Amino acid sequence: MSYISLSEQDKKEMLARVGVSSPDDLFCCIPEGIRLKKELRLPPPLTETELLRHFETLGRKNKESAQLSFLGAGAYRHHIPYIVDYLSSRGEFISPYTPYQPEVSQGTLQVIFEYQTLICQLTGLEIANASLYDGASAVAEAVLMAERLKGRPKILVAGSLHPQYREVVRTYLRNLPLRVEEMGYDAKGQVDIETLKQKIDGDTSAVVCQSPNFLGVVENLDRLSEVVHQHQALFVVVVAEAASLGILQPPGAAGADIVAGEGQSLGLPLSFGGPSLGFMACRKEYIRQFPGRIAGETKDIEGKRGFVLTLSTREQHIRREKATSNICTNQAWCALKATIFLEALGQDGMHELAYQNIQKAHYALESLAAIRGVRRKFGGPVFNEFVLEFESGYSKIQNRLLANGIIGGLALGPYYPALKDCALFCVTETHSKDDIDRLAGLVVEVVR
Amino acid sequence: MYPKDYRYTKEHEWVRVEGDTATIGITEFAQKQLGDVVYVELPAVGKALEVHQTIGVVESVKAVSDVYSPLSGEVIAVNEDLNNSPETLNQDPHGKGWIIRLRLKNSADWEALMTVGDYERFLEGLAS
Repeated sequence: MSYISLSEQDKKEMLARVGVSSPDDLFCCIPEGIRLKKELRLPPPLTETELLRHFETLGRKNKESAQLSFLGAGAYRHHIPYIVDYLSSRGEFISPYTPYQPEVSQGTLQVIFEYQTLICQLTGLEIANASLYDGASAVAEAVLMAERLKGRPKILVAGSLHPQYREVVRTYLRNLPLRVEEMGYDAKGQVDIETLKQKIDGDTSAVVCQSPNFLGVVENLDRLSEVVHQHQALFVVVVAEAASLGILQPPGAAGADIVAGEGQSLGLPLSFGGPSLGFMACRKEYIRQFPGRIAGETKDIEGKRGFVLTLSTREQHIRREKATSNICTNQAWCALKATIFLEALGQDGMHELAYQNIQKAHYALESLAAIRGVRRKFGGPVFNEFVLEFESGYSKIQNRLLANGIIGGLALGPYYPALKDCALFCVTETHSKDDIDRLAGLVVEVVR
Repeated sequence: MYPKDYRYTKEHEWVRVEGDTATIGITEFAQKQLGDVVYVELPAVGKALEVHQTIGVVESVKAVSDVYSPLSGEVIAVNEDLNNSPETLNQDPHGKGWIIRLRLKNSADWEALMTVGDYERFLEGLAS
């Protein structure tokens, strides 16, 4: 492809061909009243040297990567083995897009097929798609899918589902005749089963729960699944921390009908909010209502193994307005990274990763909760995040930590008014014992 | 080719009526246009259908097509065999490839449909 831009002569010929005299005529359908009639206020152009210096200055404002951080809440810092960046940067692979002439891109399709296989293994379900944009939109797609399958107007969502995921779900449903009701959490930090039993009825299409949930607590999925299925609703399980799947029971084995989640933990760095990776899986019987691209394995006319995009008749370019979703692409490059990450670690590696997260998070939890004036808020089992309540409030502690180069846990007040003195801490395999001891030491100094 | 006692629609559905029961499918012309059928989405038994409401979807290797109800009524049976052998729709569209049975609500609906003569002339019109 040529990157030489148009000459004046090219422009003239193109305008003549479409029958207008100037590029402005192309915008004639935009009403006068809303047109910007002045130049955009942009700074003057920069030379390459100046531009580099400008971005280096901006880059130095980023402290996060240099600091010790205990933030999680949907975005997790895990070690990324070098092989992930090395292989995913190869020219043959470096495309963010789903293939549009799929069959000529056998390598890309094979990666997607392997990715789907791995997601099925992690979630314990039979079908996975080629990936979606992020965890939040994957959850919204799961909710829409459940409604297509059940045709009932109510969706029950756990209050312990990531607050931003809940917002995205509401945005997707805003103009649809569906209503979302929330369920609170109990003293253990798990979905309150009595509320679930009260709220679920024959109008309910789906019950959506996250595990480990936004409060860090692992849900008792078997118990929830039983109630959900007594009412013939679909059980949507959300996984925001994919590393937990290295050790927890696959949601599919605990009764989930659809699993939607965020795959950022699988080899993707924290880059100012993205790009991330939405993953989604379901039971085979629901495949016709499943959104997104699906790669399948087949044989060519010579009997050799090959790959295709399959079941495309669910998709927008064929089904038009009756498609299962307006998604007709996938997060191909991020899914590639996740595939390399999972294949590099293997089942044992994923287990080891998850085990280290649990061990270190529990060491931190015990150290911090032993401090006078600091309390473990919820009794339910946790993976690598936990909520602490601070008797004298959290902001003083948060500021003191920041002053010492530590980003503490996420203050929960803005999301849960009842948890105004609480913070959500995350500890992963990237934290050393010294890091945790330093955190605990500073907290002791502040509360004393 | 096209059974004389059936009635037809411009969307290439056929209807056979016995008493107050109507059997509905898609025509030979429709199955040929679609090519190999790989999936048929069927409605729930008990569903009430109005004239021209979507019954379900027929999906082939190259296209997807909605099937519309030529009559109003309640679905009393669906052809479950199509779940496992959608190719029946290609092999015997006017017989074993039927899609649903309705209990008729309004027998006047029938009168509005094309007779076999009308339909064959309609197809000739499409071909020319």
